[in-house]
Amino acid sequence: MSKTVPVLIASIVGCLMIVAYFSPPLLPARQMAEDWFTIVATIAIFLGGANLCLHHLKKISDREAGWGFSAVTLISFAITIAVGLLKIGVVPESEQQIKLAWSGPFQQEGSGFWWIYQYLFSPIVSTMFALLAFYVASAAFRAFRAKNLEAILLLITALIVLVGQTRDREITSLFLPPPAEGTPPYVPIADLTEFIRKTFVTAGQRAIMIGIALGVVATSLRILLGLDRSYLGGDE
Amino acid sequence: MDFHSRSAGEKEFITMSDKSSGKPSMDSFSFSVSHQWFGTGLMRLTMTTVGVLVFLLALPTLTFAEEIADSTKPIVWFDTGKTAFALLTFAICATVIICTELARRGKPFYVRPIAGLLAMEEAVGRATEMGKPILFVPGIEDIKEIDTVAGLMVLSSVAKMAAEYDTPLEVPTSRALVMTAAREAVQAAALAAGRPDYYNEDRIHYITDEQFGYVASVCGWMYREKPAACFFLGKFFAESLFLAEAGNAVGAIQIAGTAETTQLPFFVAACDYTLLGEELFAASAYLSGEPAQLGMLKGQDFGKLGAIVLVILGCMLATWDSISPRGKNAEGQNLPRRSQWITDTVLKGG
Amino acid sequence: MTSPLLDKLNTLDRRWIFLSMALAVLSPILLQIGSDETPSPPTIKLFDEIERLPEGSRILMAMDFDPTSAAELYPMALSFTRHCCLRHHKLYFVTIWPTGKPMIESTIKAVIGADFGSGDRPYQYGVDYVNLGYLAGEAVAISQISSDIRKARPQDARGTSLDELPIMSGVISVKEMDLIVNASAGFPGGKEWVQYAATPQKVPIAVGCTGVQSTQLFPYYPDQLLGLVTGIRGAIEYETMLAAKYPNPYANRSKRPAFLRGGAQRWAHRLMIGLIVLGNGIHLANRYRRTTHP
Repeated sequence: MSKTVPVLIASIVGCLMIVAYFSPPLLPARQMAEDWFTIVATIAIFLGGANLCLHHLKKISDREAGWGFSAVTLISFAITIAVGLLKIGVVPESEQQIKLAWSGPFQQEGSGFWWIYQYLFSPIVSTMFALLAFYVASAAFRAFRAKNLEAILLLITALIVLVGQTRDREITSLFLPPPAEGTPPYVPIADLTEFIRKTFVTAGQRAIMIGIALGVVATSLRILLGLDRSYLGGDE
Repeated sequence: MDFHSRSAGEKEFITMSDKSSGKPSMDSFSFSVSHQWFGTGLMRLTMTTVGVLVFLLALPTLTFAEEIADSTKPIVWFDTGKTAFALLTFAICATVIICTELARRGKPFYVRPIAGLLAMEEAVGRATEMGKPILFVPGIEDIKEIDTVAGLMVLSSVAKMAAEYDTPLEVPTSRALVMTAAREAVQAAALAAGRPDYYNEDRIHYITDEQFGYVASVCGWMYREKPAACFFLGKFFAESLFLAEAGNAVGAIQIAGTAETTQLPFFVAACDYTLLGEELFAASAYLSGEPAQLGMLKGQDFGKLGAIVLVILGCMLATWDSISPRGKNAEGQNLPRRSQWITDTVLKGG
Repeated sequence: MTSPLLDKLNTLDRRWIFLSMALAVLSPILLQIGSDETPSPPTIKLFDEIERLPEGSRILMAMDFDPTSAAELYPMALSFTRHCCLRHHKLYFVTIWPTGKPMIESTIKAVIGADFGSGDRPYQYGVDYVNLGYLAGEAVAISQISSDIRKARPQDARGTSLDELPIMSGVISVKEMDLIVNASAGFPGGKEWVQYAATPQKVPIAVGCTGVQSTQLFPYYPDQLLGLVTGIRGAIEYETMLAAKYPNPYANRSKRPAFLRGGAQRWAHRLMIGLIVLGNGIHLANRYRRTTHP
């Protein structure tokens, strides 16, 4: 029963989403299902928050490897929640709001939460994202090796696209006769990059997308018909 | 690995191509099923379809009866503009369901081997030998994403293998609902492996919804614990390369899979095996070895064949347009291209 | 055959690669070395469309990015907003990313607040532009506002009822928009706007996306996407066109953040090419060593 009900819900709502796409009177029902998901996912925040606290408290109490990070996580979590919920530093924006307690948006400029976002969260995530440049360089150095024919093709294509993506591509036009007056110089590698992108990349992407779409259909059917329940923990 | 069906109530007798060795042949799957399955399978299918149809017909009548009654306009039950798309959807679904039923009846189908899936047992075995944990990341999106569901389906198989070998499996999640589903999947897998004590819910935990907070935590864990095998199966974005490079730095065997086409190149560059797009969705069916699920893969292949035929027809039509342009109408305007008629009229609703 | 250099390169610590990348990115930033770009057709198309639309056209500005991807998308968001303000279009800011709201506020402050908040025809909140804020529900939210904006968001980001705002009169859904301009960092983003709003409601859409996303969005161009501005390169292209059309003050370097970031990108690309060549040099040397001295 504990698995049959979720499978039935998945089947009914899944079929509703499909049929509502073709049947306009069912659109409100589809919207209702979408609203329900948003509600359930929002409630799950509490579940996640509770799990986060329990997990890290246990790590601290067991003095597991990296328990100091757990302490930092919990302290940061508590401060952010307190600052956001108590709306520290938030001032009412309008005459009407002055009469109301706790009025004004929690992300208001100058508020505590805004400060955390602007001066802590924002630089931290930007730094994390920037690390990608280092990882890309390291992965490219290691992976782009001319080991076989396919790898050589991949390597040549990568080099063409890399050069074609920046203004360095104009180096290739230096070897060509000067263009007629008033016309821009012909840049062969730029055209080649565009050709690769429009022809090979787009064709490959479309092929993968068609495969993915069919895979999604088959997986969805497996779920809707209850054939695969492994994501729910299998059969009873 | 035993490829018996998981359905406890229904008796399935699957014959694998390499039955004698007790292991499935990984070169190809051919299977047959005793006919007694067909009755229950078809019944389940029919019951589900009828139930859903009754519900769908009853729903608007009951829930929106007031709105519909108030409406002065006639109710349009079907958007005719989407006819072609509806037919296409129906055809693909029908093909997949027919193949499922044929597989259940015992028709043998060939399913091509997928290197990444063949390597899963090797990866788990390696972690066992080294006495190190396994990391499984089911993507960073919520359970409503089909990629996440596909990742969780594979988690079930990996957890079963890990439970059999008693190798610790760490599943950090970035969504609370995914954590709940992952716990269910791992617990059931441990039970299926006959090792209920293997399940430790502390190993399947929620970190944060924030993309890079999650990455920082998982990568930190990887550098500290040095897992021997890493599985990245689900929906990934910019974090894909962080995770894969961290796994590479600690020397783990890495198997990744995503339907997010922008991240595939990163996984290919940094991981040992990558499941490309549709292979992720095929993974759980392939690993389950159930005829019904493998039949669906075959249905998917027929869908692909249909897509190839349509692509060729489209190319031919476009070529015809190029070599033989259409004339002008009575007002002297150029007539639209033939291929344009297909995109503007037939495929309009999709 | 022994080659200490080759042995050293074979076991090259990746931290040397990290250091060289840091230098390649840092030097152009510190030395203020920028990079210009020749506009490409997908960028030109968006620019021309904003130019072509009559003054006062309604443009939905979907800012679906966060500080993570701001390095690539914020300069783009500034250019799009500046261009729309120069043409005096009505702007409807919205985001489906929870961390996107401060990005909208920052864009409004940097463009409308700094350049268009005063003068002969100042941009007025509620009349010329509105901030609808964050819409929860990802793709579902797009689907909702494409059918009814008020159902998805009855109030703006300041808590004012949409019915009280003059800019919202006559606006029911995305259908009333003349153009959707989306700065997209990933999911949900450009693809979802095309699938759930622009294509079903037949509203033209142009997307500015991160470089890595471009391959995913190119299949939609030019049929379902009017224009596509990709990464920092696209942002530089847009800035170049804006500077050419409105040189005062947009030819000024201080108004061209993408131009300055282009220099760092150019040097990082050069380093990548160098590393790939070096990697292959090592690979070939190893092969030679193996074949000659098995």
